[in-house]
Amino acid sequence: MMEVCGSMNVSLREFGCEQTLLSRPDGSASFVQVSKEIYDRATLEVLIQPKVGLPRAIPGAVCERDLRGVSAPDPPPPLLPHPAPGLLPERSLHGPDGRRPAMSCLFCGVTCAINADSEIITDPTAAQEKESRALMTFAIDSKEQRVMMSYTKGSFSVHELQQCIAVSQKASENIFQFYRDSVRRRYSKNL
Amino acid sequence: MAAGFKIAEPLEYHRSFLKENCRPDGRELSEFRTTTLNIGSISTADGSALVKVGNTTVMCGIKVELTNPLVEAPGKGFIVPNVDLPPLCSSRFRPGPPGEQAQAASQFIADVIESSEVIQTEDLCIERGKLCWVLYCDMMCVDYDGNVLDACIIALLAALKNTKLPEVTINKDTGAPEVNLEKRKGLNIHKHPVGASFCVFDDSILIVDPTAEEEGLSTSHLTVVTDEKERLCVVHKPGGTPLSAEKLQECIGRATARQREIQKLVDKVIHSVKTAQ
Repeated sequence: MMEVCGSMNVSLREFGCEQTLLSRPDGSASFVQVSKEIYDRATLEVLIQPKVGLPRAIPGAVCERDLRGVSAPDPPPPLLPHPAPGLLPERSLHGPDGRRPAMSCLFCGVTCAINADSEIITDPTAAQEKESRALMTFAIDSKEQRVMMSYTKGSFSVHELQQCIAVSQKASENIFQFYRDSVRRRYSKNL
Repeated sequence: MAAGFKIAEPLEYHRSFLKENCRPDGRELSEFRTTTLNIGSISTADGSALVKVGNTTVMCGIKVELTNPLVEAPGKGFIVPNVDLPPLCSSRFRPGPPGEQAQAASQFIADVIESSEVIQTEDLCIERGKLCWVLYCDMMCVDYDGNVLDACIIALLAALKNTKLPEVTINKDTGAPEVNLEKRKGLNIHKHPVGASFCVFDDSILIVDPTAEEEGLSTSHLTVVTDEKERLCVVHKPGGTPLSAEKLQECIGRATARQREIQKLVDKVIHSVKTAQ
């Protein structure tokens, strides 16, 4: 894991998640981030196959790509992908009885923007994204914090890329802690 | 015997070579295939280039047309890339509308053009708010043997360097544009983006410039596009096996070296075309 220099302030906006809100799909989740902008309630139906290596997708549909990269030894019946911005796909991979397909790791997405003053901003707002000189989205895995997926826009130096990866790895810790807390809360209700 | 093994167990066949740190075609893990370049062969296009990276062959043709700029961007022209993967280049592509891979490649090239600023769209403006150039860049793959993205970027760069825009004057009385096809001026190329593609085998072995077989057997792909100032324009990794930041750094180093080689090649060919004219 890369070193993050002390002066970097890694902060993400408040976010929350609700599961099993819909009755028809095999799993559903709603992701909300506190801001004036987006609140998307959408179903994500995901196709899991043992095969990997697919062409690039638009960032909203990146979850489909990453899931295909996470091998499931006993693939469940195929589901259909629908891109949904801001959705955490593996949150919805609970069947009606709460069982999940086997996954080699969890992952999360983090976006960084580099503004005109060469400052790195994590989780930028739409206005900050528009003004940025470079925008990068990474999917980080939970086991070793390596980069699973990368999508970049604009040009940047190698040093800036490494800094953004370090910042994304640090931010991903917050998101993985959120996953652990939400699973803990979910199963404590069932007891 | 080896041919039978290759068909029956392709992954084991490749693994047996990778164990010896080489590949079935005799290359090392970080070696690119021989790249050849031919510029200006299509006389009907305003700019053209033919690139061969090993067996993968991509032809790029550029046509320029006049159009009206957008109201939101009155001082900017347009660059419209299109990557075509027709059935003739490989049996995996069927006739009909562009498939997923061709669409993804076209979008990738559009991202490279935008992020690298190879051409400033302001340079394509003739009269603000009224007239501008649109460059239609068509890249057609004629032989698909893996790593078509790198070949498309080289073909596009070389064709752009070969493109000459005709002189346009606006008739003061009628307001109509008058194009002088005899008098032409080259495009102003600001940056020289070059791509290097990698793929990961068995979650651990990184190889450069994969062939079609190697692409099919790999667990992850990565394409890094750099320019002559060693700035990164695109780091494109569409999922698959995760890569550590150190491995990414290795790939970036290899991509930077590749950029220098290809820029030298393009400049050499452009220079030889100029001296021949």
